[in-house]
Amino acid sequence: MIKITNLHKFFGELHVLRGIDLEVERGEVLSVIGASGSGKSTLLYCINGLELIQQGEIVVDGTNVHAKDTDLNSLRQQLGMVFQQWNSFPHLTTMENVALAPRIVKKKSKTEAKEIAIKQLKHVGLEDKLNVYPSALSGGQQQRLAIARALAMDPDCMLFDEATSALDPELVGEVLDTMRLLAEEGMTMICVTHEMGFARDVSDRVAYFHDGAIEEIGPPSQIFGESESEQTRKFLAKVR
Amino acid sequence: MGGSVSVFSSFAPQDIMYLAEAAGRTLLISIISISIGSLFGVIFGWMLYEGRLWGTFFLSPILDLFRSVPLIIQLVLFYNFAPIVGLNLDAFESGLVVLTLYTASLVASVARGGIEAVGVPMRRAARSLGLTYWQDLRCVVFPIGVRAVFPSWVGVALGVLKDSALVSVLGYVELVKASQILMTRTQEPLLIIAIAGAFYFALSYPISRFSAKLENRWSQ
Repeated sequence: MIKITNLHKFFGELHVLRGIDLEVERGEVLSVIGASGSGKSTLLYCINGLELIQQGEIVVDGTNVHAKDTDLNSLRQQLGMVFQQWNSFPHLTTMENVALAPRIVKKKSKTEAKEIAIKQLKHVGLEDKLNVYPSALSGGQQQRLAIARALAMDPDCMLFDEATSALDPELVGEVLDTMRLLAEEGMTMICVTHEMGFARDVSDRVAYFHDGAIEEIGPPSQIFGESESEQTRKFLAKVR
Repeated sequence: MGGSVSVFSSFAPQDIMYLAEAAGRTLLISIISISIGSLFGVIFGWMLYEGRLWGTFFLSPILDLFRSVPLIIQLVLFYNFAPIVGLNLDAFESGLVVLTLYTASLVASVARGGIEAVGVPMRRAARSLGLTYWQDLRCVVFPIGVRAVFPSWVGVALGVLKDSALVSVLGYVELVKASQILMTRTQEPLLIIAIAGAFYFALSYPISRFSAKLENRWSQ
């Protein structure tokens, strides 16, 4: 469903992504691990066209993301994204946060958008917070709200950019549980994460990023068990 | 009318009405220039934020000019030079044009601040949902930005309301000009100045109250 070929990305002089080749199948859960600054998050931004690329190509469901005539706004509806900073819209209630995009982008009626919002908020366990403003929610709840907001567009794939990194430790669990739930439902997911437990237990494959390139990719048993790469073993020894 | 004719006559109740009418004119010129000026100010602020070439090299110096030259000088210059380029504007129209541009230049930096307050991550989140640039601007940036800089905008509006007093130099009979006329007639400057001040307060106070209420509602 997502095919990345020889992707290069520069920020000015800085060579952030150095030739990425990656394929993600429908229904697959891929975790991307690696040190901060290794280009993991940038990769996600490139996939939904929030960042331009300098070389190579990314094809999502047959659509070349960075081709000139690609309608990025409709492509992004297929790719839900959840950020490290949850970015809930502070001027809207929980329900309005989720209903906004279906109403504005998909031109759903108010009632329809509301139904979608309630359904997705139930999905992430926030059904008792429908009319609350985000400022009254905990970080974990706001992150689940962000997940519901992305799901409301009925995406084929979800991109998670360190969804739990900014959370207090006691709130990480509830967000990981929600992500786990999505994985069980068969959602295609790319999760940039520092949660090794999640990467090991939930993903079908794990990619270890080092210096803007994929050092090693394989099933969790390979990466966490009998890794062939010296770099990977070093990194995992450090984070354990 | 009999007896000795005096040049002066003392302050009479109907003079209050005269001042009230003048206050109405202060309100009129302020409301129009604040509304139109704010509208343009938001557009200019957006141009400044987008920072294209014309924004930086063309718009920014012009706005700086309007912000830094004293309003009274702008008024006198515009009123006297406008006819040369074929604009025959009366005192009200000239005052309106200058006040509007002045408001726009002040609101421009407020508006730019509002857009900056929203931040790139928030806008990326909106765009990642499939919102277009304009949908993001309308449904996310505008409402959040307005809340962030509303107090500063109220400050600008109240400032312009008071600065509209300067249009009196062109002969437009708003509160200050009317007060001057009455002072000449009655020779009771302190009383009249106090009444004029009270009128300004009566115009400004509801705005402050209303904005405080609005901010309160937004803050929850």
